[in-house]
Amino acid sequence: MAETATRSKPASSGSKSRRGTRSGGNRVQQRQGKTALGSESQDTLRDYFRQMSLIRRFEERAAQGYTQAKVGGYCHLNLGEEATVVGLMSALRRSDYLFTNYREHGYAIAKGIEPGRVMAELYGRTTGTSKGLGGSMHMFDTEVGLLGGYGIVGGQIPLATGAALAIDYRGGDEVVMCQMGDGTTNIGAFHESMNIAALWNLPVVFVVINNHLGMGTTVDMASAESELYKRAVAYRMHGERVDGNDVVAVQEAAGRLVEHARKTGEPAMLEAVSHRMKGHSVVDPAKYRSAEDAEAAREADPVAAFRSQLISAGVLDEDGAAEIEREVQADVDAAVAFADDSPHPDPATLFDYTYATPVANDSRRLPADPVF
Amino acid sequence: MAVITYRQALHDTLREEMLSDENVFLIGEEIGVFEGSYKITAGLLEEFGEKRVRDTPIAEEGFVGAAVGAAMLGLRPVVELMTINFSLLALDQIVNHAAKIYGMFGGQSSAPMVLRTPGGGGQQLGATHSQNIELYYAFVPGLKVVAPSTPADARALLKASLADNDPVLFLENLALYNTKGEVPEDAPPAEIGKAGITRTGSDITIIGYSRMATVATQVAEQLSEEGISAEVIDLRSLRPLDRETLVESVRKTGCAVITEDDWLTYGVGAEIAASISDGAFDYLDAPVRRVAAAEVPLPYAKPLERAALPSAESLKTAVRQTLEAVGHRR
Ligand SMILES: Cc1ncc(C[n+]2csc(CCOP(=O)(O)OP(=O)(O)O)c2C)c(N)n1
Repeated sequence: MAETATRSKPASSGSKSRRGTRSGGNRVQQRQGKTALGSESQDTLRDYFRQMSLIRRFEERAAQGYTQAKVGGYCHLNLGEEATVVGLMSALRRSDYLFTNYREHGYAIAKGIEPGRVMAELYGRTTGTSKGLGGSMHMFDTEVGLLGGYGIVGGQIPLATGAALAIDYRGGDEVVMCQMGDGTTNIGAFHESMNIAALWNLPVVFVVINNHLGMGTTVDMASAESELYKRAVAYRMHGERVDGNDVVAVQEAAGRLVEHARKTGEPAMLEAVSHRMKGHSVVDPAKYRSAEDAEAAREADPVAAFRSQLISAGVLDEDGAAEIEREVQADVDAAVAFADDSPHPDPATLFDYTYATPVANDSRRLPADPVF
Repeated sequence: MAVITYRQALHDTLREEMLSDENVFLIGEEIGVFEGSYKITAGLLEEFGEKRVRDTPIAEEGFVGAAVGAAMLGLRPVVELMTINFSLLALDQIVNHAAKIYGMFGGQSSAPMVLRTPGGGGQQLGATHSQNIELYYAFVPGLKVVAPSTPADARALLKASLADNDPVLFLENLALYNTKGEVPEDAPPAEIGKAGITRTGSDITIIGYSRMATVATQVAEQLSEEGISAEVIDLRSLRPLDRETLVESVRKTGCAVITEDDWLTYGVGAEIAASISDGAFDYLDAPVRRVAAAEVPLPYAKPLERAALPSAESLKTAVRQTLEAVGHRR
């Protein structure tokens, strides 16, 4: 689905040693202003628009599914972060790995999972990305390298570092991207993992989505240094900040860092600044939010902005944009129908996924069972 | 058949597994240059290099989590957590991540790794360095928890743990490292989830694990001179738990004493007692007794520490009292 997914994989660089070969270190950059549409082809730009629109519609339908009680649990949406999501995923190859937090529906789609399977996971069906066992926060697909959405803030960061360790161990040329929110940069796992990744030269790009809020806590309330990319300095790591509402800028920045990690094993940190358009989750009315902040988020709407940008640049006309929107709407309708038609898991399968190597003496008691 | 220490058995088995599988690597604090706090990994850095024997910063959550991520991509990490007390810093990665990867994602990935860690008191190390908190892990579906008590078991269970596709917490005990035993080199890996009967008997069943399993075996030998025939079960695996073996034994003997180095309330023994009640209630001639550690943060002072830990004497007393209650004739 992502444009980059079709690029062929270069030959493995064999057993290159990445240890102690870091060249950069201690650099931080802040890129200002909007990039133009860059050097991307018109097809690529239209594809970005399609993907962003798809995620927008998908998330709106997810919210609707929640109010209809088709979707349970927590449900965190990517509304307002579509440019970041699509830009980041376009910088990865299909064989590259991604670890995310619980706000991952858009990432799952942009990494290449069929929207129907993503919706089916929200619906808790066997056809879902995790067979209905994970739900909104826990999507997974080895085929496209999504190694999981994780519900514990920061829990994914050590895992991503370890996946990069495995790549390094085997001399592979894949790269790991580890997504997280701004609030996550204050947890111990973040600092421990940044240090380990830099110390061992592991090919992992840490991406912080700075939407200024972690639930109701603003980035200034939570982070002593609120320009988060600067934290990379403490680990002699390259850090960069990019406008997360600009899909092309995100793709370029992420692409550069990913390719650098691929070549050298050097980890890096990218901060993408954007806005969350709605509450923390579907049920959060975001009363804590100032009117100006909410207005700024609405104004920054990256999907609408990209649409106008493409039209003024002549990449799309109104009809072309509307056509894409109709197609996307049909894709989401099909995803919902697929989810709705899919079977619920059979309670008889309850014990099937506790252990990869099952054991004879394992307790498989149901609360209703008599003992022994 | 060689007679070697528990420490040596662990070292030799790790080395053997590293030689036979490229994907096996060691990761932990002070395991390389320093050769391990308890010298289990002595010489391995020199032999295998720093790719396979990885010294980490003091960042338990970071490196345990890194091992989980590496395991997800097919490597076989053996993590050394300096002692189980420090595993608490990595609790999130062990309980919320390693244990959940397989189930939460519908069986698409798992975290096949071994978390080696010593526990136990008796070394005058004070309250934060003497804990038996393996129960915290044994409580969690998705984890496996094994506790070898002899050098032979250390070898057989380590092999089994490395062959297993799930995360295994491998509990060692500071008091066992220097104990010796016969270790057959051609013995097959153990079966995780299977208890061992270290001594057969007909009057009473004594159930223990780790250090207290070895104490129980010695106690049973000594009590045989008093005409008491005790059967001793070494759990070997806390999760999964082999209820069948212990229930079968209690059905035969009609009495049970459980002994454990951990705290009494909610401890491993509580689960064992419940299992006996579930499976052998009608066969019991006396209440099940438990001999566990005193419920205090373990003190430093030697006499206090000694008083707090279960001993051979306290176990013997419990066995005698149980048998007296049923009118056992010596
Ligand atoms: C360890 C932990 N603490 C608290 C929570 C509850 N929680 C869930 S999301 C969240 C806010 C995280 O904010 P941020 O990292 O900025 O990510 P965003 O939601 O903006 O994507 C909190 C506190 C949690 N899931 N895990």
